[in-house]
Amino acid sequence: MIVFAIAAVRNRKMLRSVIYLLFVLVGIAGIFFLIDYNFLAAVQLTVYAGGIIVLMIFSVLLVHHIELELEVAKPLKQIITAITCLVGTGIVLTNIYAHEFNVVENNISTTTADIGSRMLSYEAGGFILPFEVISVVLLAAMIGAIVIAKGKKLTNKNED
Amino acid sequence: MIEGITIYEILTVTTIIFFIGVYGFLTRKNLISILISVELILNASVVNFVVINKYLYPDMLQGVFFSIFIIAVAAAETALAISIIINLYRQISSVEVEDTEMMKH
Repeated sequence: MIVFAIAAVRNRKMLRSVIYLLFVLVGIAGIFFLIDYNFLAAVQLTVYAGGIIVLMIFSVLLVHHIELELEVAKPLKQIITAITCLVGTGIVLTNIYAHEFNVVENNISTTTADIGSRMLSYEAGGFILPFEVISVVLLAAMIGAIVIAKGKKLTNKNED
Repeated sequence: MIEGITIYEILTVTTIIFFIGVYGFLTRKNLISILISVELILNASVVNFVVINKYLYPDMLQGVFFSIFIIAVAAAETALAISIIINLYRQISSVEVEDTEMMKH
């Protein structure tokens, strides 16, 4: 998974890096399956591997010639960024390993019905309000995407 | 929880993926590549939420809800960003970061 992630940010051909990103996302869905959150893994597979990857492939194909090599940053800037990222990784990892997590041994498996009833409950700890807010956000994003992708084109035609 | 895999190992993997995303975000010059890096960063944070929920507080579901909301917001953000990118490409025939100077008005 890490190899694929590095390949996704290092590869100079757009389509290949999108496909490497797809492998990373499927690997993360595998982690969700392993820790027994089947619903979350299904959401990850459908939304990311199904929706977002297809959107990205569409945009890559619309925007690029497939064999076009991308230009990347200068080598010096790349090295500086890599060193910064390595230092950041080291700091975070030392912090993580210095911290004692009191892990609870458990084998509780969460069903989708649990998640649904908790998400839509009105009692304390229920998530009905963020649920509604996120649905409004999704609707606004959809309408905004349609307007941005379509409306400007019409005005352009008028200007031409 | 996974038999035989500690929380430290999963957190290590997500940290590395997060910083790979940061590296890609800073070095690439292409809008779609930047979007790919943002997806990597968001995914690392989602896995962190879920793993901490499962290993430390297994009888609660907050981490799952937050990760679902993050996934929804990421989907909305990607759709909007791609529509903006395609529209930009129509107008200036380029998706490089340096060429996008006309988005102010």
